[in-house]
Amino acid sequence: MFRDISIGQYFPGESSVHRMDPRMKLILTFSYVVMLFIAFSGPSLLVGALFVIIAYRVAGIPVRLILRGIKPIIPIVIITGILNMFFVEGKAIFSFWVFSVSAEGVRMAVLMALRILCLIAGTALMTYTTSPIALTDGIELLFAPLGRLGAPVHEIAMMMTITLRFIPTLIEETDKIMSAQKARGGDLESGNFLQRVRALIPILIPLFVSAFRRAEELALAMECRCYHGGEGRTRMRILKFSSADVYSALFMAGCVAAVVALNRLGAALWAL
Amino acid sequence: MAIIRTENLTHIYSKGTVFAETAVENVSIEIEKGEFVGVIGHTGSGKSTLIQHLNGLLAPTSGRVLIDGEDIWANKKDIRRFRFKVGLVFQYPEYQLFEETVYRDISFGPKNMNLSPAEIDSRVLEAAALVGLGGDILEKSPFELSGGQKRRAAIAGVVAMRPEVLILDEPTAGLDPRGRELILGEIRRIHEKTGTTILLVSHSMEDIARYAGRVLVMNKARVFCYDTVDAVFSRAEELEGMGLSVPQITRVCRELAGMGYDLDPNTYTVEAAKARLLTLLGKGEG
Repeated sequence: MFRDISIGQYFPGESSVHRMDPRMKLILTFSYVVMLFIAFSGPSLLVGALFVIIAYRVAGIPVRLILRGIKPIIPIVIITGILNMFFVEGKAIFSFWVFSVSAEGVRMAVLMALRILCLIAGTALMTYTTSPIALTDGIELLFAPLGRLGAPVHEIAMMMTITLRFIPTLIEETDKIMSAQKARGGDLESGNFLQRVRALIPILIPLFVSAFRRAEELALAMECRCYHGGEGRTRMRILKFSSADVYSALFMAGCVAAVVALNRLGAALWAL
Repeated sequence: MAIIRTENLTHIYSKGTVFAETAVENVSIEIEKGEFVGVIGHTGSGKSTLIQHLNGLLAPTSGRVLIDGEDIWANKKDIRRFRFKVGLVFQYPEYQLFEETVYRDISFGPKNMNLSPAEIDSRVLEAAALVGLGGDILEKSPFELSGGQKRRAAIAGVVAMRPEVLILDEPTAGLDPRGRELILGEIRRIHEKTGTTILLVSHSMEDIARYAGRVLVMNKARVFCYDTVDAVFSRAEELEGMGLSVPQITRVCRELAGMGYDLDPNTYTVEAAKARLLTLLGKGEG
C-alpha cells in the first residue's frame, strides 16, 4: 500500500542541471524568485517563462511531471486572476452592478497567473533535480556563516538528513505493522470515522515505540563513531562549483538584466 | 482434502512499472490438515511473499489460493474470515504489541472475531498457557517483558484466534538458545495438543529436521522441491548450491560415511546420529 509512494519529488537523472552544485541551484532558485517579482511587464515575464522552459529542457524532466506539479495550484491561479481582474483600478472595458473589469485589471490578471506558474515550476525544478541529501548539504554550506552567529546550522542540517533517511524506513515499518495487525483481524477499511481512528491505535503505538527505539540506537551508533557535532567534521562529497555552475549563473545574470531592460520597454509600450 | 492449496500462484510486485519484480512464480502446493511443514529458502527466495498469500494479506497477481477448497479471493469482503482461519506470525512479532497489558494484547485477535467475553477470556488464557506465560505476566505491560517473553506474548496473540493453520516466519530469530528451545517446544506442543497445521519458516536446518514432517524449499521465486525431510536433505549438494545447507550433524555423518565408516549419511538429528554411532561403536568393540 505504502510501497508506491515516492518521497520528495526527486527525479534522478544525469543532465547538467542534475550535476550542478546544489548551492548554486539554491542561489539561482532564489534569484529566479526575485527576478519574477521585479518583472512587471509582459515581455520581462516572458523572459522568466522562457528561462524555466529552457531549464526544464536541459534537465530532461518529462512534461507530465511538470503538469502534475502545477495541477494543485491551478485554483489559486484562477482565484488570483479573478481578484486582479475586478479589483485593479483603470478604464473600465466591461461593467455590471458594482463590478467593473478594467483593461489594466485583465493585464494584471494574466501577468499574475504567469508569475505564479513560473514560480511553482521554477522552484519545483530544484527539487526535481536535486537529491534531498545534496539539498541539505547545500543548505548547510550556504547557511554556514550563520553558525558563527550561534545558529545551530549543522544540527538542523543533520536533523533534516536523518529525517529524510528514515522516511522510507518508517514507511516500511508501518507496512509491516499494518500487515501484522490485519493478520490478527484488525480492520482498517470499514467502519465510521471514529472506528477508523480507533483502528489506527494498534498501528501508531508500535510505530512510535519503534521510532524511539531506532532513534536511541542511531544516537548510540553515532556516538560509537565519535560523532560530536559539526565542528572539525570533513565531508565525503566535497561540493565544487563547475563550469556549468558559472555558465548558468551568467545566464541567470543575463536574464535578470533583460528583465530590468524589458520592464522599462514594456512600461513604455503600455503607455503608448 | 488439503487445508491449503495454491494453484499456479504468481505474485509480481509493482507490476507494470520499471520496478516490477516477480517474487513468487507458478507455485502449486498442497498442505494437508495437521501437517508440520518446514519452509526454507535463502533471503529473497519468495518465502515471505508466499506465506502472506496464504491468509490473504497479499492478493495473487495470477493463480488461486484455496483454503478448505474455497478460493479466498472469491468474495473480497470475506477475506477476514480466512485471516482467522490461517494465523500468521510475522518475523519479530513483538514489534506489533501495543496494548496496556499482555492480556489485552492477546485478546486483540479474538475481540476482532466478535466472540463473547467469556469465550475471549478462555481463549486468551489458553493461548497464554500454550506459550508458557503465567498469571502475573498477563497483567504486565508488554513493554516490560524480556525479549523472549514479548515474542511469546505476540505468538499467543495469534494462537488465541485458534487458527486451523499457524504460520510462523522465523519465530526464533534473534533469541538466545534457551529462548529458541522454549519457543520451538511450544510450537510443537501447540501442534500436538490442538492438531493445528503448522508452517515454520526457518533458516536453521537443524530445527527443520527436528520438527518438520515435510519441507518446502523455495529458490528464486519458485518451488525447488516439496518433499519429506529425508528426501530434501539427501540433496545436500543442490541445497548448498543455492545458499542453503543441511544440518551440521548430517554433514558430520556424510564426512564419516565418506571416510568409509558404516554410517548412514542421511542422518538429520543429533539423537539419531548418537544412536547410530553407539551401535557402530558397539559393533567395533564387539
